[in-house]
Amino acid sequence: MIDPIEPPRRKNPLLRTRLPTSPPRPRSRTSHGFTRAAAEGRFMLQRCEACGAFAYPAREACPACLSAGLAFVDAPRRGTLLAETTARVPSDVYFRERAPWRIGLVRMDCGPTMVAHLHADCAEGAPVLMSFQLDKSGQAVAFARPEGETPNMADDRQWREMTADPKFRRVLVTNGRSVIGQEAAAALKAAGAKTVFVGVAEPWRPFAGEKLLRGQEGIEVVTLDAADEKSAADLAADIGGKVDILVNTTEHVRPGGLLDRRGTSIARDEIDQAYLGFINLAQAFGPAMRMRGADGINNSVAWINILSVYALANWPAFGAYSASQAACLSLSQCLRAELRPGGVKVMNLFTGPVDTEWFQTVPPPKVAPRAVAQAIVSGLRGGLEEMYVGDVAEEIRQRLAANPKALERELDR
Amino acid sequence: MQSKNLLELAGAISSGAVRVVDLTFTLSPDFPVIVLPPEFGQAAPVRIQEISRYDGRGPAWYWNNVTFGEHTGTHFDAPIHWFTGKDLPNNAVDTMPPKDMIAPACVIDCSAEAAKDPDFVLTVPLVEAWEAKHGRIPERHWVLLRTDWSKKGWRDYSNLRDDGAHTPGPNPAVMKWLVEERRIIGFGTETIGTDAGQAGHFEPPYPAHHFLHGAGRYGLQCLCNLDQLPATGAVIVASPLKIQNGSGSPLRVIALVSAS
Repeated sequence: MIDPIEPPRRKNPLLRTRLPTSPPRPRSRTSHGFTRAAAEGRFMLQRCEACGAFAYPAREACPACLSAGLAFVDAPRRGTLLAETTARVPSDVYFRERAPWRIGLVRMDCGPTMVAHLHADCAEGAPVLMSFQLDKSGQAVAFARPEGETPNMADDRQWREMTADPKFRRVLVTNGRSVIGQEAAAALKAAGAKTVFVGVAEPWRPFAGEKLLRGQEGIEVVTLDAADEKSAADLAADIGGKVDILVNTTEHVRPGGLLDRRGTSIARDEIDQAYLGFINLAQAFGPAMRMRGADGINNSVAWINILSVYALANWPAFGAYSASQAACLSLSQCLRAELRPGGVKVMNLFTGPVDTEWFQTVPPPKVAPRAVAQAIVSGLRGGLEEMYVGDVAEEIRQRLAANPKALERELDR
Repeated sequence: MQSKNLLELAGAISSGAVRVVDLTFTLSPDFPVIVLPPEFGQAAPVRIQEISRYDGRGPAWYWNNVTFGEHTGTHFDAPIHWFTGKDLPNNAVDTMPPKDMIAPACVIDCSAEAAKDPDFVLTVPLVEAWEAKHGRIPERHWVLLRTDWSKKGWRDYSNLRDDGAHTPGPNPAVMKWLVEERRIIGFGTETIGTDAGQAGHFEPPYPAHHFLHGAGRYGLQCLCNLDQLPATGAVIVASPLKIQNGSGSPLRVIALVSAS
């Protein structure tokens, strides 16, 4: 059993803020099958297409029958902890700073034996559940947890290194004018965030939900127009050093594609809000977040983008909007690489049409804003990088993987 | 006019005998813009993007790229802005006669009325009462409506409610009368538009735009410091940017006021 983490005290200004370090990064190309699994919160192992044996670590040929057909498939997570050990003085800087560090050997029910990081409540001989997690270098590692819930389970020191739990952390939700922003703020606060800063652009303009938003304990409304360079920089000057999680809830949805729109002013707004807003936020908040990746219990841990799944494949009915989202998706990959030295995760949450005003005429299924908010929290708690919220997003993902051309034709309706 | 009079004016400005009052809000991203239903095209907000600031992007110099809609900040409306003025000659900011950029002003103080009622409207009887006190409004003068609206915080300034903006302005009769009977050169306000916040429900809608621009006259809005102007005698300098076929532009509006 582990003790709950305590709310962090105020920082001692006489001490230097420790710089983030990274665990070992090299992986084989094949091993990135695990990275993909970890990014999406899936547990995947290679399985021989000839004999059905599961294999681990990543291999080029089946260890049982030497067949080369080893595809990554979802695998059973259950195993038994065979042996454990504690590294007390590791040579690697990252682990040395975090020693003692427990690792163990887990015999998986499906066959292979895996070396894994251990949750403190894992006991030798007891069953465990295995997952792949993204560590501070952004690479997949195996992590074993007890099979059932244990007290204060998410407070485990080693687990918290793999995740971005909002508990005791300070969050900036960039757009509180939207229902998603308001739901996200409430959900993050309920998930234990110390403070949720909520950005509101053009505060002179009233908006639905304003009274409720302004009245909530632990939620602090701040002026932020992400599309305005100075506004983002001004807010970062105030709170940039205490944003541990940034949730980019920019939302500017307009219907239409190319030929039935006149001119570029609507597209310009879309780019202004989504793409340039992203850049402004990144330049204002990114450097401090990257620098504070090892800053104690409330270190900076994650940046979340809410993107349309049509960033992956253009939906002509909202064609220009889709393009602006594709641009943001590309930026998110750049940001991920640039925040990686700080161990800060960039999580993209893809949604289909959300049940908001600008998708009014789109038939269901539509994603409830509350479902997006809940996904943000669960994604942070799981330390994910890619999430697909709702049936439409999941379906688009699968259809894209199966046949991009077919999807292109099907979206043209 | 003799050139020595002009030199006297310059001397009076320099000595302070003629005060220069700035009627302009700072052009900034924070300043409220006109709100239209979202399905309409929107005025681009003011954006200021640094090119360099004595740094690696330009070691010795500071400058910005600036973008904004023609109708942002303290701004000028040309006749081409409204459908009623679309076919007039020289109706855009680049073609309007430069001499129209300097003209005297009558300032009608309705700040007490506007403080009581955000939907206050200026009427013909109110202007007639003003004339009884200050004399008839001469031709080719600006009429500036002082409401002290410019002294409000931005939220009260835009004063948006679920049935639209509630800000003072002129009623249709007074606009028609000022344009046709008094032949004013233009109409200026402290609020976001020359029209009242609820003017979309007037007949005709947006009467200041309708009558002013239909007759080739001009509009000024988002003015401030009107409380520093006398009821008569101030001279307004309002020269918009020379934007090709522009319907208006942010500008610096100044007033020359005799200090005595």
